[in-house]
Amino acid sequence: MKNHPCYSEEAHHHYARMHVAVAPACNIKCNYCNRKYDCANESRPGVVSERLTPEQAAKKVVAVASTIPQMTVLGIAGPGDPLANPERTFKTFELVREAAPDLKLCLSTNGLALPDHVDTIKKFNVEHVTITINMIDPMIGAKIYPWIFYKHKRYTGIQAAKILTDRQLQGVEMLDARGVLCKVNSVMIPGINDRHLLEVNKAVKSRGAFLHNIMPLISSPEHGTVFGLNGQRGPTARELKALQDGCEGEIRMMRHCRQCRADAVGLLGEDRRAEFTTEKIMEMNVKYDVESRKGYQAKLEEERAAKTAAKPSDLTKRANNGSHLKLLVAVATKGAGLINEHFGHAKEFQVYELSSGGAKFVGHRRVDLYCQGGYAEEGRLATIIEAVSDCHAVFIAKIGGRPSAELIKAGVEPVDRYAHEPIDKATIAWFEAYLDRVNSGTIQHEERGDAAIRPRALTSAV
Amino acid sequence: MPFKIIASQCTGCSACEPECPNVAIAEKGGTFVIDPKKCTECIGHFDEPQCVAVCPVDNTCVIDTSLARYQGPA
Repeated sequence: MKNHPCYSEEAHHHYARMHVAVAPACNIKCNYCNRKYDCANESRPGVVSERLTPEQAAKKVVAVASTIPQMTVLGIAGPGDPLANPERTFKTFELVREAAPDLKLCLSTNGLALPDHVDTIKKFNVEHVTITINMIDPMIGAKIYPWIFYKHKRYTGIQAAKILTDRQLQGVEMLDARGVLCKVNSVMIPGINDRHLLEVNKAVKSRGAFLHNIMPLISSPEHGTVFGLNGQRGPTARELKALQDGCEGEIRMMRHCRQCRADAVGLLGEDRRAEFTTEKIMEMNVKYDVESRKGYQAKLEEERAAKTAAKPSDLTKRANNGSHLKLLVAVATKGAGLINEHFGHAKEFQVYELSSGGAKFVGHRRVDLYCQGGYAEEGRLATIIEAVSDCHAVFIAKIGGRPSAELIKAGVEPVDRYAHEPIDKATIAWFEAYLDRVNSGTIQHEERGDAAIRPRALTSAV
Repeated sequence: MPFKIIASQCTGCSACEPECPNVAIAEKGGTFVIDPKKCTECIGHFDEPQCVAVCPVDNTCVIDTSLARYQGPA
């Protein structure tokens, strides 16, 4: 678990995952999905560029895992529903188990067919199953799912949603009874299921789910989804965070999900698909070396342990300073827990909530690169600032004069004096100084506004 | 009453292929086609044509009225 990039914000900087797109068929229709759309600039679940046979997939897995030794997890996530393609999905697991026995297996499903396959999932020793559960109330479900295909029949409306929710919750219980870890994904759709997800959270937790991941709806007209076309908006950053905070007491919440494509390869948020096209893989002649992978990973673990040990212990020394202030800051990082990315090179900003309790990772904001091949694009600067406009400060390793001035104008303080320092230590040091300035009356604390969640380019194809 | 698949709308997702009780559906150049000689519109098997019921794109599996037998007596 601690080495699964999708389940740990810290692990995702060290370990990589890959998804193989062996499961094209789906058995339900969701209003936020459009299966027709696939282009190089498009990056979201349900979308792939290339479909693989189980044999091609197994070969690809071996090739990738041999090239990227930190690749530890193989997932099947679609582009349809893995359990609507049970032969292909389980054949792939079988072949991968033989060729690369040290890889962890996981799969994602809408849950409709899950109860029929739980024992097979257990048999292949699949470690984690993710179920997308957006409702437990069929009245709400009818607004999200136009139809399901179940037992040779298409069901619509409330009847469809009732079957789906019964099967999903049964699936969670069955996984729990067999000791298979179950994560629940929910898509937050403002006005449809936003407040209802608190009830979903309780329902899945009580049935044994260990992690809940609430993701923003990805919706724009050009995706051609029902929600995209009828103008259904996604949540703002503040709305998403409020819901995640509201669910937190009940179950571990996941905040670093990048909503990857069903054929993503690499570290979370990065995508190395282009290196491993079917054509290239079929030409590769790779030998899978479990021992050298083990050696590499052992070294990785040592480095990781050293980093954890070096963490500052004084994070809570301000716990009694009487301040109830909480604010958000954005950080440009390439990983390793450091402020080590330039403003112009950042593809995303991590967002931390600072309070007397310390620095807490609460999410990330995807942006387009400000610097594209050496020149800056002004239209993009406004969008980047908009993406972090709910933050009081942006921590970067370096920043140019123009973006720095624009950030200040927008009320966001650019902070580059902690370049290459650990995020938690630096942000807390800044926060302490901020509190001192507020206490001494030098500045007045003001609440920030809301920020937009970018509806596309969640893992850039560039 | 054979069905056909409108190729320009087919996503090639393959959902219909295993559902066909007559094994009439096969892949051809990235999309799927129905063998009109084998299609029975699922009559005698199911209440509704399976390819229509499972297809993610509406109006993609449709009755093929261009066939000679739907053109009326010659």
